[in-house]
Amino acid sequence: MVSAPLVGVLALQGDVREHRAVLEQQGARTVAVRRPEELAGVDGLVLPGGESTTIAKLADRWGLLGPLRAAVRGGLPAYGSCAGMILLANRLLDAPADQQTIGGLDVVVRRNAFGRQVDSFESEVEVAGLPGGPVHAVFIRAPWVEETGPGVQVLGRVSGGPADGRIVAVRQGDVVATSFHPELTGDTRMHRFFVDLLR
Amino acid sequence: MSETPVPPSTGTDRVKRGMAEQLKGGVIMDVVDAAQARIAEDAGAVAVMALERVPADIRAQGGIARMSDPDMIQGIIDAVSIPVMAKARIGHFVEAQVLQSLGVDYIDESEVLTPADEAHHIVKTDFTVPFVCGATHLGEALRRIAEGAAMIRSKGEAGTGNVVEATRHMRSLRSGIRALTTMDETELFVAAKELQAPYELVAEVARTGKLPVVLFTAGGIATPADAAMMMQLGAEGVFVGSGIFKSGDPAQRAAAIVQATTFHDDPAVIAKVSRGLGEAMVGLNVDTLPADQKYSSRGW
Repeated sequence: MVSAPLVGVLALQGDVREHRAVLEQQGARTVAVRRPEELAGVDGLVLPGGESTTIAKLADRWGLLGPLRAAVRGGLPAYGSCAGMILLANRLLDAPADQQTIGGLDVVVRRNAFGRQVDSFESEVEVAGLPGGPVHAVFIRAPWVEETGPGVQVLGRVSGGPADGRIVAVRQGDVVATSFHPELTGDTRMHRFFVDLLR
Repeated sequence: MSETPVPPSTGTDRVKRGMAEQLKGGVIMDVVDAAQARIAEDAGAVAVMALERVPADIRAQGGIARMSDPDMIQGIIDAVSIPVMAKARIGHFVEAQVLQSLGVDYIDESEVLTPADEAHHIVKTDFTVPFVCGATHLGEALRRIAEGAAMIRSKGEAGTGNVVEATRHMRSLRSGIRALTTMDETELFVAAKELQAPYELVAEVARTGKLPVVLFTAGGIATPADAAMMMQLGAEGVFVGSGIFKSGDPAQRAAAIVQATTFHDDPAVIAKVSRGLGEAMVGLNVDTLPADQKYSSRGW
C-alpha cells in the first residue's frame, strides 16, 4: 500500500500539466519524465495527450523508449490518453511506417480514426468500472481501438454518431488507455481509477 | 455534467482549445510543399503550417500575399499524418471557409498575409475549425479570444530571423497577465476599459493568471536557443517560419529546435543540439524595416 503513489508523467510534449494537476488532486505525487533516470522510483506511468509521432521520436532520440518498454513489460501500471493510447498499442494503423510505440496493450489502434480536427467532438461514454454515470469525453483527432487481443477488456465504446460502437477505452491488467481526454474536462474519475490501481 | 445522453457535438470551445493543448511543448513548422512537410514530420514537428511562400520570401518578393492554392494545401494534407494548419488573410472569412472545407486542422488568421479588411477580424465562433491569431499584447490577445480564437501566438516579426519582436510581445503578454492578477475588482473594470477587452475575459485572466487558451510564440525564431528562450519567457510552444527552410541544413535544424523546445530549461541539451547546424537564415534588422513592411502592426 502506497498512500501517495509517485506517478511519472511522460513530459516530452503534450498536455502534461493537465494530467499532473488531476493526478495531484487525487492525492498522487507526480514527476515529469524526460530522461530514463527520471523513471526511478515511480509507481505508475501516465502518457499524456499530444502528438504521438513527436513523442515517439523524442523518446527514441533520448534513449527513453527502451526503459519505458522494459518498465511496462515489467508490470509498471500505465495509463495513456489519446496519443498515450497510441504509445501503449502493440500495433498501429494509419501511422508513418517507422513510428515506434512502447506497447503493452495487445491491441491494434488506428490513428486519427475519427477524422481531422473538424470531426473532433465531445460526447458521453459509459466506462465500465467508473461509478456515477457516463464520462463526458473529449475526442481530439482521436484514435480508436480497431482490434483487441484475448487479454484485453473493453471498458468503453462510443455511443451515437457516425462512429457508434467504436472501442475508446481498454484495459489489460494494469495498463489502461482511453481515446479521449479526461484531463481536459474536470471529470477526475478516470485518474482516480488509475491512482487507486497504484495504492 | 448532464444526466441525459447528449449527441456527439463538434466545433465546441473545448474541442477547439483542447486541440491546442495537445500541441503544447511542440514546434509548428512553415512548409511550402509535401517534401518539406515530410522533413518537418520526420524532425518531430507537432504540426505543419502550409503556405505558398515563407515570410522571408514574401518580404523579398513583395506583392499581395494570399491564402495558398488548395492543391498545394491538399498535397501537404495527403503527405503527412500530423495536423496541418494554413493561413487566411486577416478579415478574409471566405478564405477561412475554403480552408475549413479542405479539412485543415487549424486556421492562422495571419498578419503575414496582406490584410483583407482594415477594421474587422474574422468572426471565428462561426467556424467548426479552430483559429490561432497573433497578438502583440494582452488586450489584442483578449480581443481575438472574444472573436473565437482558440489559440494565441505572439506576432513577433515574421521572416526576419530576428527574435527581438517576439521577445517584446511575449514579455508584454506576460506582464499584462501578471498585472491583472494583482488588481481588485474595481481596478479590473478599468483594466478592461484600457485593454479594450471584454470584462469577463479580463476577470478570468486575473483569477487564473493565464490566458484561457494556449499561448505559443512566433515571428523571428531561427535557432534552438531562440526557441528555448521563448519557452523560458512563458511560451507553451513555438512556431518556426522561415527559420528552418531558409537555413543551411533544414532537417538537422528542425530536429534541433524540436529538442531545444522540449529541453528548454537545460542549457547542456541546447548546446548539444546547437553544434554544427550550419548557417542560420540571414536575418533582418527590425528597426530599419519600412513601416509598411512591419507585419506586427497589421491587425488591431
